[in-house]
Amino acid sequence: MNIGVVVFPGSNCDHDCAHVVKHVLGHDVTMVWHKETSLAGLDAVILPGGFSYGDYLRTGAIARFSPVMGAVKSFARNGGLVIGVCNGFQILLEAGLLPGAMLRNRALHFVCKDVYVRVENAATPFTSLYQPGQVLRIPVAHADGNYYTDPVTLAGLQANAQVIFRYCTAGGLVTPEACPNGSLDNIAGICNPGGNVLGMMPHPERCVEAALGREDGRALFQSMIASMGQKKLVGTQ
Amino acid sequence: MKAKIHVTLKQGILDPQGKAIEHALDSLGFKDAANVRVGKYMELDLNQTDKAKAEVEVKAMCEKLLANTIIEEYRYELG
Repeated sequence: MNIGVVVFPGSNCDHDCAHVVKHVLGHDVTMVWHKETSLAGLDAVILPGGFSYGDYLRTGAIARFSPVMGAVKSFARNGGLVIGVCNGFQILLEAGLLPGAMLRNRALHFVCKDVYVRVENAATPFTSLYQPGQVLRIPVAHADGNYYTDPVTLAGLQANAQVIFRYCTAGGLVTPEACPNGSLDNIAGICNPGGNVLGMMPHPERCVEAALGREDGRALFQSMIASMGQKKLVGTQ
Repeated sequence: MKAKIHVTLKQGILDPQGKAIEHALDSLGFKDAANVRVGKYMELDLNQTDKAKAEVEVKAMCEKLLANTIIEEYRYELG
């Protein structure tokens, strides 16, 4: 597999993502500068975390107009796997690839700590190697992760099982106290109706090696690779 | 022509910064202050003399980039 990692001015988790793909999972990785206009040859695309354009105006508001985003939209429309982590999620929201918007964290602080999230839908290309309801311990690091959308859109997300991760307690209970940022419905990650575009605030790339603490995020990348493998297999039959 | 643009969170959307400022004002003894809302102020020069055209342009800027209309509202003055 060849996975692209988009690099915006101000991205700072791009090399962590590349490390996971290349060194931990042994696949090819291509760093894609935001001025590129083609994603040809790539099997999946990661929009990494960071502070694209210094978070000026709003998080992701300027990055969404980077030349590469046209290609990301086409790639997603054709069913390609796109994952946005943290600032990548914020960019997907601003670009309209996922519904909703991010508000400043409820307590106004930049929150940087491990949290627990529950896998709400394990039937996506990003979560197939998790169990439904599995609790992951995974780091967050953001100031604007307070997910908001209108009630109609929220009801749609819930009805279509597009809420993929919810903040929860260590025991898997979804409570207001377990939510680090005030997100509506404790939402930590959502996908598009097709299930091939995922946005999430927690950083799976920061927990993939037991030697570095924990590896709860590893199965997310392995799920993606497994899904792409199946797609290729079908394509060659 | 100059455009002066204000972007604020929509009514009904929690404004944590506004709340924090409200509490601070209250603790400083400004008991009459309520419903503080924090926003952004931008001003820019427009190379345009036709006010109607300028308005169309500024509105497009707000819709496309300056405000996220899911959570924010905007208003502007031209002059």
